[in-house]
Amino acid sequence: MALHDFWFIALAALFVGFFVLEGFDFGIGMLMKTFGRVAKGDREQHQRAALNTIGPVWDGNEVWLITAGGAMFAAFPGMYATLFSGLYLPLLLILVSMILRICAIEWRGKIDDPRWRGWADLGISIGSWVPAVLWGVVFAALVRGLPVNADKQIHLSVTDVFNPYTLLGGLATAGLFAFHGAVFARLKTEGAVRDDATRFAARLAVPVTAAVAAFGVWTQLAHGNDWTWLILGIAVVSQLSAVMLVLSKGGDGWAFACTAWTVAAVVILLFAVVYPNLVPSTLNPDWSLTVQNASSTPYTLKIMSWAALIFAPLVIAYQAWTYWVFRQRISADRIPAPIGLSRRPT
Amino acid sequence: MDPLDVSRWQFGITTVYHFIFVPLTIGLAPLIAVMQTVWVITDNPAWYRLTRFFGKLFLINFALGVATGIVQEFQFGMNWSEYSRFVGDVFGAPLAMEGLAAFFFESTFLGLWIFGWTRLPRLVHLACIWVVAIAVNMSAFFIIAANSWMQHPVGARFNPETGRAELTSIVALFTNNTATAAFSHAVTGAFLTAGTFVAGVCAWWLVRARDSEEARTMYQPATILGCLVALAAAAGLGLTGDAQGKLMFQQQPMKMASAESLCHTETDPDFSVLTIGTHNNCDSVTHLIQVPYVLPFLAEGKFDGVTLQGVKDLQEQYQTKFGPGDYRPNLFVTYWAFRAMIGLLAIPGLFAVVALWLTRRGRIPDQRWFAWFALLVLPTPFLANSAGWVFTEMGRQPWVVVPNPTGDQMIRLTVDHGVSGHSAGLVLTSLITFTALYAGLAVIWFWLLRRYVVEGPLEHDSEPAPPKPPGDDEIAPLSFAY
Repeated sequence: MALHDFWFIALAALFVGFFVLEGFDFGIGMLMKTFGRVAKGDREQHQRAALNTIGPVWDGNEVWLITAGGAMFAAFPGMYATLFSGLYLPLLLILVSMILRICAIEWRGKIDDPRWRGWADLGISIGSWVPAVLWGVVFAALVRGLPVNADKQIHLSVTDVFNPYTLLGGLATAGLFAFHGAVFARLKTEGAVRDDATRFAARLAVPVTAAVAAFGVWTQLAHGNDWTWLILGIAVVSQLSAVMLVLSKGGDGWAFACTAWTVAAVVILLFAVVYPNLVPSTLNPDWSLTVQNASSTPYTLKIMSWAALIFAPLVIAYQAWTYWVFRQRISADRIPAPIGLSRRPT
Repeated sequence: MDPLDVSRWQFGITTVYHFIFVPLTIGLAPLIAVMQTVWVITDNPAWYRLTRFFGKLFLINFALGVATGIVQEFQFGMNWSEYSRFVGDVFGAPLAMEGLAAFFFESTFLGLWIFGWTRLPRLVHLACIWVVAIAVNMSAFFIIAANSWMQHPVGARFNPETGRAELTSIVALFTNNTATAAFSHAVTGAFLTAGTFVAGVCAWWLVRARDSEEARTMYQPATILGCLVALAAAAGLGLTGDAQGKLMFQQQPMKMASAESLCHTETDPDFSVLTIGTHNNCDSVTHLIQVPYVLPFLAEGKFDGVTLQGVKDLQEQYQTKFGPGDYRPNLFVTYWAFRAMIGLLAIPGLFAVVALWLTRRGRIPDQRWFAWFALLVLPTPFLANSAGWVFTEMGRQPWVVVPNPTGDQMIRLTVDHGVSGHSAGLVLTSLITFTALYAGLAVIWFWLLRRYVVEGPLEHDSEPAPPKPPGDDEIAPLSFAY
């Protein structure tokens, strides 16, 4: 296997890490208002319980995206340059919403005031919904192909980004992340919050499965090859297993493992159908960016491979340890009183 | 409107903004680690309270640093795609390594630190903040190594077939003398920022709460700690800045000529303190106050016999070498940013000396002017950091990759060749979006910091909870941060 093939896999792995981990962070953020709305008892306590399930880990999860971006820059500068400049507006929207989300999560508890929290919750909602939809749209647009011209430039039209296929992609990722988040909340909470999470997951199960299956099958039929059926198969089986576990009130951990597999399989499917292209051109197949023509030199790829082989296992080890440290379930009635300051000095 | 100008404004605004928060993160993380270490060793609750107090301020600040950092990574591709294509083989590696070897550590262990107060054994928890402190400094090294390659490209060659710069030695990239000088200078600046922050906040509280127990046990020692760090950093900034300047005279003579408004090549020119000009070019300037001997020393460490190249002569040389074009950076901005950086350094230095004098031998100052001085000194290191970056990045113009006088001359790129082919309107949209969003967030950031500083160390942070690893069957109370 050539190094650029290895780096294609590594890039896919980084995005798998990002979507599996940040996927449930997005899901929690998307459902946070819902936890408050249906709660019996103190709404705020339910919302805080939901938010604190991702509290210690969401920031580390987001680094998977930053590293994926850096790895794309280092390993496939041609892809990074063409794609990031071509998808200017969708990426701008993703950036703005992620900025809102980071500040909203970090600052929400700093002031103990309902109006303050209302604004923070709005930031968390926007910051979770918009990327959850747009990442699906962007990846679907990439799979479908973009108008890359002979100069490796993309002059995007609206229909390149928004068309039935990409919108279905956005629906599929948003649905999948919401489901994944609900299943994660079910694993990480006790009592009323867990009951709510189970209910959300059950309600989402069928429509989400339909959307993901439709998107997966469309992807496979339009762009797949023989062996990508296998990946699609894994995605469908793990999604159906997750649904059955949720509906039968079965093992929380197993259900989460299944949704994690589904997310991973969907991302792998998207990368697999694109390979050996990186950005397929809709204008002329010869103008497509590929793992060969858009990659860095073997020397750079070798250096990067060493860095990845040394640091990636370390990262996985200490992130796994973090999840182990915070393995206990959270319950709404055991949450201490808010520790934020009042809006004005008393 | 030229999309190049709009893109440059966007990069300038977002980068200067990002670097308001970053130095405080880089400098404060080690200081908090020191505070917590003192607490763990001495069991003195005052240091526990200080750790918690500055820990909260750190987190308020950290959020914005992280949030604006993602934009930095994305906009190389979004707005400077031709630059990214040209340098990606070289420039991408330190960026990817920054994620792998620094950001992952920083974010994951910060999560452990925030939520792990009652979950982790005391020493493990202490180790977490040290990991954060080291990782934030590592991240500074990676990104400055990348930036220094733009200022002084080494360890790479131009490949005529691919038309891009390609890495030949990662060791050369990381041991670039520009990088080691710039890294030590920027990190020392971060320590000045954080030392001044701790000293300023605590000195203000010292006067405010001068009759309390806390004044003696908490604010006084913390003020001294902050002042010592700030003083050491101020001295270090002189040394590292001097080393960096001497390199710049060799590697980027145009930047230094512009910073000195030096029109013509001269032997032993005077250092200009105050200059006025009418047309923002070196012909129209009048040097009002000048000091001899300083400039030759800054350039080569000697007091005479030093010939420095002037803007006009360099411009002619570059035109013969690189073809027609204007190779002069903005004179006004480089000249004044350089002086602002140095001048602003004096204020926290002076404050540290005054504060150490007023707190000598356990004294508790009660002068109101001192409390005001403590507050007014807080913004100065932030402004000095910004001025320094504005100087070095504006002084690199019109290059985005400055040709290395002793390296591969084909590795060079001007900004107009590095920018993406967007319409001005598109980039203007993002410029306005970012500027408006950032302005709003800055207001909240400032308001939150102010609110927490004025409130002081909180009641519920006065006693550390005993660390207790929970059993598996127990629904444990997290130390909830949200």
